[in-house]
Amino acid sequence: MVHSSPRTPRLPVRLRSRFRLLMGSGAAAAALVAASVIPFGPLAPAPQQAQAADSGGKKVLTVAVSQSVDSLSPFLAQSLVSTSVLRLGYEFLTNYDPKDAHTVPGFATAWKTSPDKLTWTFTIRNNSKWSDGVQATAADAAWTFNKMMSDPNAATANGSFTANFKKVTAPDPATLVIQLKKPQATMLALDVPIVPKHIWEKVTDFSKFNNDKSFPIVGNGPFVITDFKVDQYIKLKPNKSFWRGAPKFDELDFRYYKDQDAAVAALQKGEVSFVSNLTPAQATALKTTDNIKVNDAPGRRFYALATNPGAKAKNGEKMGNGNPALLDPAVRKALFESVDINTIIDKVFQGHAAKGEGYIPPRFSSYFWKPSDTQRIPFDPAKAAQTLQQAGYKKSGGKLLGKNGKPLNLRILCHATDPNDKAVGKYLQEWWAKLGIGLKVDCLDNVGDPWLAGDYDLAIDGWSVNPDPDYVLSIHTCDALPATPKDSPATDNFICDKQYDALYKKQAAEYDPAKRADLVKQMESRLYDTGYMNVMAYPNAVEAYRTDQIKSITTMPEAAGNIWGQDGYWSWWSAVPADSSSDSSGGSSSTGLIIGIVAVVVIAGGLGLFVMMRRRSTAEDRE
Amino acid sequence: MSTASTPGVVREAAGGPVKTGPSGPAARAGSGTRTAYLLYVAGKLAGAVVSLFAVLVTSFFLFRVISRDPIRTMTQGVPTSAAQLATLRHQFGLDLPMWQQFTNYCGDALTGDLGTSYQFHAPVGQLILEKVPATLLLTGVAVLIYSALGLWLGTRSAWHNGGLGDRFNTGLALTLWSIPGFWLGLLLIIVFSVGMGPIPGIFPTGGMSSGDSSGFGYVLDVAHHMVLPVITLVAVGYAQTLLVMRSSLLDEMGSDYLTTARAKGLRDDLVRRRHAVPNALLPTVTMVFINVGFVAGGSILVETVFSWPGLGQLFYQALSVPDLPLVQGLFVVFAGAMILMNLLADLLYPLLDPRVGR
Repeated sequence: MVHSSPRTPRLPVRLRSRFRLLMGSGAAAAALVAASVIPFGPLAPAPQQAQAADSGGKKVLTVAVSQSVDSLSPFLAQSLVSTSVLRLGYEFLTNYDPKDAHTVPGFATAWKTSPDKLTWTFTIRNNSKWSDGVQATAADAAWTFNKMMSDPNAATANGSFTANFKKVTAPDPATLVIQLKKPQATMLALDVPIVPKHIWEKVTDFSKFNNDKSFPIVGNGPFVITDFKVDQYIKLKPNKSFWRGAPKFDELDFRYYKDQDAAVAALQKGEVSFVSNLTPAQATALKTTDNIKVNDAPGRRFYALATNPGAKAKNGEKMGNGNPALLDPAVRKALFESVDINTIIDKVFQGHAAKGEGYIPPRFSSYFWKPSDTQRIPFDPAKAAQTLQQAGYKKSGGKLLGKNGKPLNLRILCHATDPNDKAVGKYLQEWWAKLGIGLKVDCLDNVGDPWLAGDYDLAIDGWSVNPDPDYVLSIHTCDALPATPKDSPATDNFICDKQYDALYKKQAAEYDPAKRADLVKQMESRLYDTGYMNVMAYPNAVEAYRTDQIKSITTMPEAAGNIWGQDGYWSWWSAVPADSSSDSSGGSSSTGLIIGIVAVVVIAGGLGLFVMMRRRSTAEDRE
Repeated sequence: MSTASTPGVVREAAGGPVKTGPSGPAARAGSGTRTAYLLYVAGKLAGAVVSLFAVLVTSFFLFRVISRDPIRTMTQGVPTSAAQLATLRHQFGLDLPMWQQFTNYCGDALTGDLGTSYQFHAPVGQLILEKVPATLLLTGVAVLIYSALGLWLGTRSAWHNGGLGDRFNTGLALTLWSIPGFWLGLLLIIVFSVGMGPIPGIFPTGGMSSGDSSGFGYVLDVAHHMVLPVITLVAVGYAQTLLVMRSSLLDEMGSDYLTTARAKGLRDDLVRRRHAVPNALLPTVTMVFINVGFVAGGSILVETVFSWPGLGQLFYQALSVPDLPLVQGLFVVFAGAMILMNLLADLLYPLLDPRVGR
């Protein structure tokens, strides 16, 4: 009998035995971990060893990604990862040439327009089959577009492309006819995956069907999506009958790394072949690593300073609380004259960006525009002070006084998720303080709410530009403003300028590429002159890949461009595996196997030891 | 304090000696004890239900302040027309008045429907259920290990209070507790995944599996991927259990019943294991239950660093959009798990210590 004080009751026997069980389980689990950390030097894959092969000799290209797949349905997918994967699984009507982004054939081989610009006739290729062997025809394309036009749920992701369509027909398997309500210059930039009618016509609710339950997914792109696990991996196999020729790798895997440093470690180890969105520090570290090539190329984004132009809805109602001082062109000019773009490029982007000029980045050579010397607002702090003085602004006690006699204090909205924003904000604070202007830097996780409500003075703005610039131009038209302050806007910065709008309408109906490019440049010039957008930089695409896994890969533009997030499938389709006899995946799995076996042995040993210790108590100990 | 009387003992009471027996006061006392316990259980159950309802209501309004227009925020940076925005709002019921959204939410939640995720276009319940196994596996194993390790080391430290081992154990535990988990995780990745100097990189840098194994190979693959995140969670988590166990055992160590046990000639080891530790367990059990409640939430930072596809990572993903239905659903699940674990701890107390609940 065990003596215990009535004041301190003992644990019931059953509970005690359960406690021992818990301790035993803990010991076993600890043994597992302990066993696993025993170093297996010779068995471990050497760091930085190529892993582009598995035990079957397969050549696998592994891409590190972090963004979640929102959907694998082309009708719903909006995230870059999803649309990039869908680009590999399905063909679009047309594609963009990797050299200079001009239109090249895709699902369609040729196209023509009617004299009134309202009818487009596409010739559909006859050498493309769906991955289940069925011939791909114009009927598939017609069904895809008609579904988007008739079912709002099917227009969730790409409805803007078909909003101007009047009628779509397929008079024969090789002909697709699209009739428009009004001319549309973007008809050769319809980024809409064409899906197989015989598969998709069975779908009943397009708002809920994510196309992620049945594999392989039937498509006719260069790859076939064969497997997917949310936030773990997406696996693709080459489409051997792809009309342009099959990809050279045996498998393309997108593997999830939610932490960028972990992704870089995986690249260094050789677990992945490619990593994108590197920070300057990561790029610098990887440049000196064997078998890794850093691709630091002109990007497709612009990084700009936007000022609130006095946000209004279409019905004329004022929105938000933007500082009225910014409606004065002299104030905006003085602010921009005080921005030292070179410092931003050197110190913030650490050289991984090009100096900002016009609205569209220089890689899109057809549309790139830059201000003339007389038009350009140069960096000149002395001139900035002079500009303000000439406009009638006075200083008092080091503070610039507004027209209302009060010190001028502004706010800038920026993204807390982007370290560059905060750094730029600090510089602006310093530079504008010299003018006597105060600046509060508001870096938020969710900039959307204040931005869309017009509750900001200035904001750090940025967009990725597509080969066809229509969308990034459209977000500065009066049409993009919300109907009323309660409605959600499509506008980026509440700009509404009649001259700009007239040019936008002209370019939207201009089918001649050269004439359209000229109109776009005029728009950029007008946007620059209004002084509501000041492009500071074009950040580079900084990414890296293992040269012992990837021998060659096509960038876009080919001369100097990005690999990840291209307007097309060129990078992964063109990638050539490096000659490597390594069999690291196998090595990795054998290491895992040995570790596992040893772990099991140690667990058994640990449990045995535990039981022996429990039974060690002698008769005299038992009461 | 126990009030149970010893059967057969004659006690003085008003009105003369009373013989106790099955139908005497003891029985009545036993019956009273049962009633008291049942009342105690009913009170705790009612409290849990009220708390759960409060969580449900709070979650709806709390996350409405994150974003005034989650659809526009979600589609920012993506070419989207006004018509597409309207379709999305209609799909998710955001075009309804707030009161109607609330009543729909409460009604659906009672039937187990937590809504549809904005970003994944899938039922929230399904998304959460898919992630539960990964989280339970990782944090479950970690909690099991660090609870056992903390109990064991805490017991040793208290028993040899002030010794070199005690100082080393508590010092090391406190140091590890102070280290941010994500930083330690990254350090482990650099040393044991990539490899450093003579140390080979033998563990995967992230994920739950390589995706190319099946059967027992898959089990080993997952175990291989688990090692570093588990070590990280254990390293930063065991100190709590160690310190609670240590202090509660130190409280017990001066007790008379231990002196009695030693006087009987019992081995020091037995005195500790059979007498001192069971009585010092109560505060530690509370904390272990709370930790088990936290298991459901996973570990956002560690799951993110190791790309472990669990609920913690899902919560991070949901907040970054913000995906309101998913955030709400996860909030309800996390809070529900804590409420359930607290309830279980409350119900277990009277079994561990009969004085509780009377």
